[in-house]
Amino acid sequence: MAILETPPVVAPDRITPGVEDIIADAKLHGNAGTGEHSMVLNMGPQHPSTHGVLRLVLEIDGEMVLALAPDIGYLHTGIEKTCEAKFYQQVVPLTDRIDYLSPMTNNLAYCLAVEKLLELEIPERAQLIRVLLNEITRIQSHLVWLGTHAMDIGALTMFLYCWREREATLRIFEAVSGQRMMTSYFRIGGLALEPPKGFYESVQTFLDAMPAHIDEYEGLLTGNPIWMGRLKGVGTLTAAEAISLGVTGPPLRASGVDWDLRRDMPYSGYEKFTFNVPTSTDGDVWARYTVRMLEMRESVKICQQAMDMLAQMPANGRIVADAPKIVLPDREQMKTQMESLIHHFKIVTEGFAVPAGEVYQAVESPRGEMGYYVVSDGTAKPYRVHMRNPSFATLQALETMCKGRLLADVVAVIGSIDIVLGEIDR
Amino acid sequence: MYDPATAITGKTAVFEAMAENPAVVALADLATDAKFDRNELTITVARENIVAACEAVKAAGYNFFEDATAVDWYPQEPRFQLSYHIVSHSLKQRLRLRVLLDSSDATVPSITPAWPSANFYEREVFDLFGINFTGHPRLTRIMMPEDWQGHPLRKDYPVEGYR
Repeated sequence: MAILETPPVVAPDRITPGVEDIIADAKLHGNAGTGEHSMVLNMGPQHPSTHGVLRLVLEIDGEMVLALAPDIGYLHTGIEKTCEAKFYQQVVPLTDRIDYLSPMTNNLAYCLAVEKLLELEIPERAQLIRVLLNEITRIQSHLVWLGTHAMDIGALTMFLYCWREREATLRIFEAVSGQRMMTSYFRIGGLALEPPKGFYESVQTFLDAMPAHIDEYEGLLTGNPIWMGRLKGVGTLTAAEAISLGVTGPPLRASGVDWDLRRDMPYSGYEKFTFNVPTSTDGDVWARYTVRMLEMRESVKICQQAMDMLAQMPANGRIVADAPKIVLPDREQMKTQMESLIHHFKIVTEGFAVPAGEVYQAVESPRGEMGYYVVSDGTAKPYRVHMRNPSFATLQALETMCKGRLLADVVAVIGSIDIVLGEIDR
Repeated sequence: MYDPATAITGKTAVFEAMAENPAVVALADLATDAKFDRNELTITVARENIVAACEAVKAAGYNFFEDATAVDWYPQEPRFQLSYHIVSHSLKQRLRLRVLLDSSDATVPSITPAWPSANFYEREVFDLFGINFTGHPRLTRIMMPEDWQGHPLRKDYPVEGYR
């Protein structure tokens, strides 16, 4: 890969305004005597196209957006504070609830951060299963994005097609973890359980069918003149703007910055896989659409490589690290061996101490860079857990993308940044 | 398992061991402390130098601001630790800048002039920790309601809230 030239960081004309600024602006414009007639429009927090509880306050002149302010916090549940009162292993189920469309990615980022604090060695087989499930999560999350994004724009059929394939991924999650969405399948030190019988076969069936389904979606959308008209040239973001506004993931790559943490700062064994990182230089909603569609195809390839590597390994290899004081013992051992029973009792009642220090572990989630900053003071409870979530930062670019465009384009732009309010508000 | 002996602590030790590192070169004058632990480089700077430090590392190739947050070390002093995570797309390296603040004067210059993307992060720290950022264009609460009393992520704030 060619060394990336660093684009200069330039400030946008104005930093994301607040609700009061918008109201003040509208009053200013209305009284200026210039013949402008701007009005303030409230959108959300219950608006279906805001994908959750995002509230936007817009200043509009007719159909044109003059300014826009996001108002967030409606879903704030204080997860970071709750984490400080839990043992390290009890935080895993909380992480599912942050980005509820990619629970496995959250689990992975948190587990990797704590494993980095402990410097635990994870067996290769567990790493491969983690990568496999992460890429299935990416496909699943992109399917939700595609279905809802297309529905927002008026292509209702897409929603039904995407939900059909998403059902297959949710069944895979249910098979491994017992849960369709809040999986909590990864554990500090490995995986919770051995994948059940028939798991690899069902994943293979899904992987075999998926490329044809992506062709089907593209057949419905890619050449469609209405779809092209609504997407091309809308919500443009240059590479310099994207970097200065903290945009990551597919929107960053659609703006021409070739940066993917899976390839550039590999974690969990991603360095063993060969895959392309799709990019585009247009920076509009259309570019984000094409980048994500290509990403789904690349994810299928990564999954297939993981499946092939797993097939060459012994079927009963370890899925947890060799660390009896951190990883819960095998149930059978616990019933026969005194030591395992003691370890189990100690881990469940007292947790395990993590050496003092601080780490930041970032992974490439379907929406961009998801980072976990974990600080330990040497006890069994994290002193501080902070999540860097992609949608939170990308939301800062919303005004730059929507300004001067039509009101209907705002809906297309929100869809294109694939917003999840659970991770913004935490 | 983690061995604390692998960590390099102290400015002189880190700056000797990593003399080639672009961030170490850029911050030779501004750093007050440094740490290289678990493959992560942390450089502490004085709070009045944080914007200058950001500009210096930006010039050294650390182009992307990722994250800013705080840690409350109550009842120790200095009570607040601010952590800024910055990554370089060309060097493929990450850097943590750290600023320590006393509880009597929890104020720090905003780094939004260097990276506009710090806007929401600084508002979040202001909201949940009560740390002031001078020069921030719009320092208001972002997560909690406007009329909320207190700063929930402080360690002297109960987990269940005040009842």
